[in-house]
Amino acid sequence: MKPSIARAPVAWRRILTIAPPFIWLVLFLLVPFLLVLKISFADLQFGIPPYTALAEFKDYTLSVVLNLRGYALLFSDSLYVATYLHSVKMAAVTTLCCMLIGYPMAYYIARSEPAVRNLLLIGVILPFWTSLLLRVYAWIGILRNDGLLNNLLMWAGMIDQPLEIYRTDLAVYIGLVYAYLPFFILPLYANLVKLDVRLLEAAYDLGARPWRAFVSVVLPLSMPGVIAGAMLVFIPSVGEFVIPEMLGGADTLMIGRVMWTEFFNNSDWPMAAAVTCVMVLLLLVPLVLFQYGQVRQLGMRGGRRNG
Amino acid sequence: MAKPSPRLRALILGLGYAFLYIPIFVLMVLSFNDSAMMTTWTGFSLRWYHELFNDRALLEAARLSLLIAAFTATAAVVVGTWAGYVLARMGRFRGFALFVGLASAPLVIPEVVLGISLLLMFVELSDLLGWEGSNGAFTIWVGHVILSMAYVSVIIQSRVRDLDRSLEEAALDLGASPVKVFFLIVLPLIAPALVAAWLLAFTLSLDDVVIASFLTGPGYTTLPLEVFSRVRLGLKPEINALATIFMLLVAVFVVIANHVQNRKGQP
Repeated sequence: MKPSIARAPVAWRRILTIAPPFIWLVLFLLVPFLLVLKISFADLQFGIPPYTALAEFKDYTLSVVLNLRGYALLFSDSLYVATYLHSVKMAAVTTLCCMLIGYPMAYYIARSEPAVRNLLLIGVILPFWTSLLLRVYAWIGILRNDGLLNNLLMWAGMIDQPLEIYRTDLAVYIGLVYAYLPFFILPLYANLVKLDVRLLEAAYDLGARPWRAFVSVVLPLSMPGVIAGAMLVFIPSVGEFVIPEMLGGADTLMIGRVMWTEFFNNSDWPMAAAVTCVMVLLLLVPLVLFQYGQVRQLGMRGGRRNG
Repeated sequence: MAKPSPRLRALILGLGYAFLYIPIFVLMVLSFNDSAMMTTWTGFSLRWYHELFNDRALLEAARLSLLIAAFTATAAVVVGTWAGYVLARMGRFRGFALFVGLASAPLVIPEVVLGISLLLMFVELSDLLGWEGSNGAFTIWVGHVILSMAYVSVIIQSRVRDLDRSLEEAALDLGASPVKVFFLIVLPLIAPALVAAWLLAFTLSLDDVVIASFLTGPGYTTLPLEVFSRVRLGLKPEINALATIFMLLVAVFVVIANHVQNRKGQP
């Protein structure tokens, strides 16, 4: 390493390297989040902006008014409570389905020959690069009463009446799993592909049956990948707007839609902000879990290089 | 040898990929259907493509979206690369956890949250500065940069980590300044990742409905906003044609990119 003359400028260089992106992130992410929190305590008013100021300085008195109207309504109106619960339930079921479909897929992709593996991986990545909006839209043509699925089932004689799927919760589940499946597969694949196959072989040599070897060797080692993938599915699904709006019925309650209605249809910004704050509060545990995984992954690998 | 059962493997992968790709194929086939009802196949036709290319509103929206996407991708690559480099090379510093948290939050945080928070920021900002000049394209651009820089920094961060650090250290020992090392050593080495990140940011911007809905102003309708307002109530044949063109372009592009990358990997 260089002698100590370079130490002072190095410290400055470090600060100058770290500060600009840090300030940018604080300014455009942290401050806006805090503003949402602030406005959730404001009251509705006509004008620009359409909410009252929290603090007022007049005649040498600083008065701070925290309006709890939004929160009071959220916790007393059973519709809001039901919507939150339903959103969490839908996101949880979606995550579970992604695990059941995505785990075997990620596993078999990771265990394929390198040439095939690359091709299979493109197959999962490709949807990332195409429009989510258009891919969700594509399901309408399949799920409608006169759509492909019903025509196929009726033609096969399995049903005589078309199944009502489009504009129901089931359609939203299909859309959510479809949209978020690649988000589960990719981090899990990245984890599984690094798995040392010799560990599995050792388990076989010691007489473990395939299922037993999988459960006691592969599954525990792949947990970080499973958790990362599950969070990438669960957290955004809770607040999803586009999918329930396009595939769900009027009675498909999701919190992203309620917030949208408060904001765009009712122009009630403080209420929309309160709905958002409670949503983030609800997501706090999974968010911390996700961030903890990120920090640990970065810190661990960075530490090894520096040490 | 611990080999997975080939039959089970073929079944699971077959079903999985069918699930991922059948909707896209159905849409592509429907886009060539002559019938406007789209329930029955009445014959092959290119009429929806013809209508698509005469649809002024859609073309105008596409032009605006491409413009915003290009500016978004460029800015997101600059800021995201910077953030990614800090994540990969600066080790731990005070506020590291906050930095990581903020840098990766847009990956998971629901888009409605990003949308409303950025809008409120712009409203407060114009209130504070008496600034009236916030035009829809500019605010959408800022929102898209925030969203896509998270993806850029993830890509760049992992690429920089994989670099052989001794190259940078050798250049430093030979007297190059850190800035020079970054531009002459690091940047050329991560160039493919920069291109990939630019393209991902471009497609993210081109696809976003939610953030754009919050941040748009009168007269600024992006392509996803236009498409969403049409398909909210069901199928529209001209959108089938648009989707088909989109998917084919992306597929061709990804296959070529992969081919080029593989050829480079095996000299």
